Amino acid sequence: MAVTAFVFIVVLTPREWIGAFVAYAVVLIGFLLTAGVRPGRMARSLVLEIPFVAFALLLPFVGPDPAGFAGLSIAGMWAAWNILIKASLGVLAATLLAATTLPVDMVAGLQSLRLPTPIVAIFTFFIRYVDVVSDQYHRMRIAQEARGFRATSPRSWPTLASMLGALFVRSFERGERVHLALVSRGYDGRLPTPQVGMRRSWPIAAMLPVGAALILLAGWVATW
Amino acid sequence: MWQSIAMHIPDGFLDVPVSLLTYVISAVILTLAVVKSRADLDDRTAPLAGLTAVFIFAAQMINFPVASGTSGHLLGGALAAVLVGPWVGMLVVTVVLVVQALLFADGGLTALGANVLNMAIVATVVGWVVFRLGIRFVRSRSGAAVVAGVAGFVSVPASAMAFVVEFALGGTAPVSLSAVAAAMGGVHLLIGIGEGVITGLVVAAVLASRPDIVFGVRDTPLAKPVARPEVAAV
Repeated sequence: MAVTAFVFIVVLTPREWIGAFVAYAVVLIGFLLTAGVRPGRMARSLVLEIPFVAFALLLPFVGPDPAGFAGLSIAGMWAAWNILIKASLGVLAATLLAATTLPVDMVAGLQSLRLPTPIVAIFTFFIRYVDVVSDQYHRMRIAQEARGFRATSPRSWPTLASMLGALFVRSFERGERVHLALVSRGYDGRLPTPQVGMRRSWPIAAMLPVGAALILLAGWVATW
Repeated sequence: MWQSIAMHIPDGFLDVPVSLLTYVISAVILTLAVVKSRADLDDRTAPLAGLTAVFIFAAQMINFPVASGTSGHLLGGALAAVLVGPWVGMLVVTVVLVVQALLFADGGLTALGANVLNMAIVATVVGWVVFRLGIRFVRSRSGAAVVAGVAGFVSVPASAMAFVVEFALGGTAPVSLSAVAAAMGGVHLLIGIGEGVITGLVVAAVLASRPDIVFGVRDTPLAKPVARPEVAAV
């Protein structure tokens, strides 16, 4: 929640206030370093943005009014900067969340945000079984490779697709077995959730959006 | 890579009013989906939807080689709709998207509402409608697989067009709308071909072993269980 608030504040900021973005980045990277996230992980997470970076880099060339600097569109450059900086800050903020929060705490967090119980329950099952099903997938891949299969061209699609079909049947049947096991233990559509120390940590979490809000406020005051 | 080419919208791409609007629209539709999915699956909803979400998540890890080193992966909206129905399918894809945004920083958190709307809601609904319209005219399993393929194909440009609408309402880049629409439409028609072929092949594979669990054909003669082949333990 704190991370979402931070990102919304960042998106709200007018793109002309370059100083404010530098301040956001400093605050956020400070948090990341305190949390013990290594720079390598930050860089890896930023790789996700590459397609959008490519789009942003095109903007100065296709934007309106190409009479500005060096034949590039000034409006396009502002838009590119806007997208780049906001997307990068967003990715880093989400990395902070992922690096500091256990999946169980995230489920508890979603619950405390009053998400409907069924959605929280689906999340819980997802988080519990994601490793089981990925392991199953990896075993199927190893079995395929042991038979000499290598996916190199679209001709391999039917093989990969039938593996996916088998994976779906296995996942779905696992779901049926899990359901029966739950029913035999008195399941009525409700899951008990562990109470985790959310309250202790919220002041720390709130520092991030509050800090960003102060920077935005300072920017408003300065432009008056 | 298809998905990251142009699907997950990052933060800062859409302005705040449109981000909030898409959050609200998605939330309303998902609430409806929660109610409707209970009718489809009763108290089995949570475990089955959870495991199906894990399946879609795993399916997106598989790279389908296209040519000369490029590859793409499934998006899964139409596939989820055909396999578990539009309402559960929506919830399933939403959970996958939220996990990707929270744990892998894939797609911005402020853009999550828009991403859910495009990929979890528009793609599954369009995929479902196309599949159900088409399934009336086929009698065989392979026919159903072709119809599923068409549903998968149509779902991708449909979801791209939803993005174009959002971009028209609150895009932050000064690019002409027709340029965005043309670029998104062109790229996604190609992506849609891959999505359609794979969706069709996967549906065919599931129909061959457990047609009774495929939600999209459950009221057709195709749903009759086949004699189950022994699956070798891996």
